[in-house]
Amino acid sequence: MNILELKRVTMQFGGLKCVSDLTLRVDANELVGLIGPNGAGKTTVFNLVTGVYRPSSGTIRFLGRNVAGRRPYQITGRGIARTFQNIRLFGSLSVFDNVRTACNMHLRHGISHALLRGRGFRAEEEEIRATVMGFLEVFELADLRGRPANSLAYGDQRRLEIVRALATRPKLLLLDEPAAGMNPSEKDRLMTLIRLTKEKFHLAILLVEHDMRVVMGICERIVVLDYGTKIAEGPPDEIRRDPRVIAAYLGEEAA
Amino acid sequence: MSRPRTLLLAALALCAAGSVFSGSINPYYHDILIMIGINILLAASLNLIIGHTGQFSLGHAGFMAVGAYSSAWITIAWGASAGWLAYLSALFAGGVAAAAAGLAVGVPSLRLRGDYLAIVTLGFGEIIKGVIQNAEPLGAQRGLGGMAQHTNFFWTFACVALAIYGITTLVHSTYGSGFLAVRDDEIAAEAMGINTTKYKVLAFVIGAFVAGIAGGLYAHFKQFIHPEGFSFLRSVDIVVMVILGGMGSTAGVCLAAVVLTVLPEFLRSVSDYPWLPAPVRELAENRMILYSILIVVLMLTRPQGLFGKLDFGRKKP
Ligand SMILES: Nc1ncnc2c1ncn2[C@@H]1O[C@H](COP(=O)(O)OP(=O)(O)O)[C@@H](O)[C@H]1O
Ligand SMILES: [Mg+2]
Repeated sequence: MNILELKRVTMQFGGLKCVSDLTLRVDANELVGLIGPNGAGKTTVFNLVTGVYRPSSGTIRFLGRNVAGRRPYQITGRGIARTFQNIRLFGSLSVFDNVRTACNMHLRHGISHALLRGRGFRAEEEEIRATVMGFLEVFELADLRGRPANSLAYGDQRRLEIVRALATRPKLLLLDEPAAGMNPSEKDRLMTLIRLTKEKFHLAILLVEHDMRVVMGICERIVVLDYGTKIAEGPPDEIRRDPRVIAAYLGEEAA
Repeated sequence: MSRPRTLLLAALALCAAGSVFSGSINPYYHDILIMIGINILLAASLNLIIGHTGQFSLGHAGFMAVGAYSSAWITIAWGASAGWLAYLSALFAGGVAAAAAGLAVGVPSLRLRGDYLAIVTLGFGEIIKGVIQNAEPLGAQRGLGGMAQHTNFFWTFACVALAIYGITTLVHSTYGSGFLAVRDDEIAAEAMGINTTKYKVLAFVIGAFVAGIAGGLYAHFKQFIHPEGFSFLRSVDIVVMVILGGMGSTAGVCLAAVVLTVLPEFLRSVSDYPWLPAPVRELAENRMILYSILIVVLMLTRPQGLFGKLDFGRKKP
């Protein structure tokens, strides 16, 4: 069963088509790679799916419902979470609080409970604390819980973004170049973590990544974009040998 | 019982105990004390908007004016027989009226940020002032007087205790983490499922409510209010307290409110010392110049505010 379905989606900025006529689907519990040279439109696809942009034409359906025109927070509420290519943590907040903000949307209590601090409020805050610490431990960030997010090393910041996204309890996770700036051993750990979280949280994942070792290593299916158009789709082995894909990447290296 | 609530009760008890002695304080110092309380309310509530939610506002005196005039109008209408219950109801009504004004400012300013938001809120404050200046039932240019002096030490500091408790417990809760998320990164906040619109408007509404209460306390303390008392300069005074105290640090901002209430009084006495060189005395007379210098020096040496990250108790996770 597919949970995300883009049908003939086009995104135009002025006269420029950054995504054109893209049809894409992600099935439940599937790990799909979205690759392509710089400027191919990968991040734009994420922004379309999460409601930052509204498509010029075409439909985007998540769990059978159209998401076009919904605000980003509403789409997150339906079960799509993301990370950002250029890290967007809450820099002045602690590691713990960064993850805690993601629990905000699931709160059972409202502002009056927060002001009165009754038993129910305190029980839920305690529950959230435990949940957040659980997440931080899985991602080996528990020791850093009190540190402001902007004081973390680059790799830790990337991991924290993933944890924060997971804490919204999504059904679909969009990862935008999560391995960027990581060293090889960090990348290995990241691959293990992505696989592990996918199984543990029964997630579908759409992964944008430049590191071919990471992409080929964990993706079940790969979609290749070039100039906003899908030029290939298939399992990693096929994609690796696809002449159009090789040409697109060689074109980039030659440029 | 949770610790913050215990602290609140202790603070309220302290207010009650203090009010026993406040009658015997020299009236001049008593006056300063009440103004400290009112300024703490103004600074802490503006801090929710600027410091915690990151929405720059230059119209806080406008919210204060709405609260002051609404509550004064109510108690005057009720006449001399109005007791403290009527006074408290009027305070609350003033807060609600100011909150409504906060809603009116908050909604259209959602699309604006930074400088533009500052200009719109500044304009709002001036509009409020202009409306009052032309409203005959509110005394127009003559000002409005005749309210009984209901505001005393107890009510002022009980309001301070309640406001600080409310704001602190809110921004430290998971519910209130939405304010901080909006401040740090709006796009990321939306991506985390936080309705940024709701939190921005909420910050304005709550901030305005507290400022309205402060206005009501002020009106029933001075027993005379004038539109010029709620001018742009008054808003700047409050912004300076927030910046000096360190944006987002409630304790620092409260301390700054104390310092900046006492400082003009101190400067007034300094400007009377004949043995001081003339430039020093002139500087002491011009509060705004001194504030400007203070802020420039502060930005250069301590950009995190005079008191840094100082904050009311927060349990380590
Ligand atoms: N808001 C925007 N306005 C105009 N052009 C944009 C906007 N966002 C993205 N683009 C353009 O869309 C193209 C694809 O960008 P992007 O999706 O970031 O590529 P990728 O993530 O694949 O490297 C680029 O040419 C970029 O300049
Ligand atoms: Mg990109």
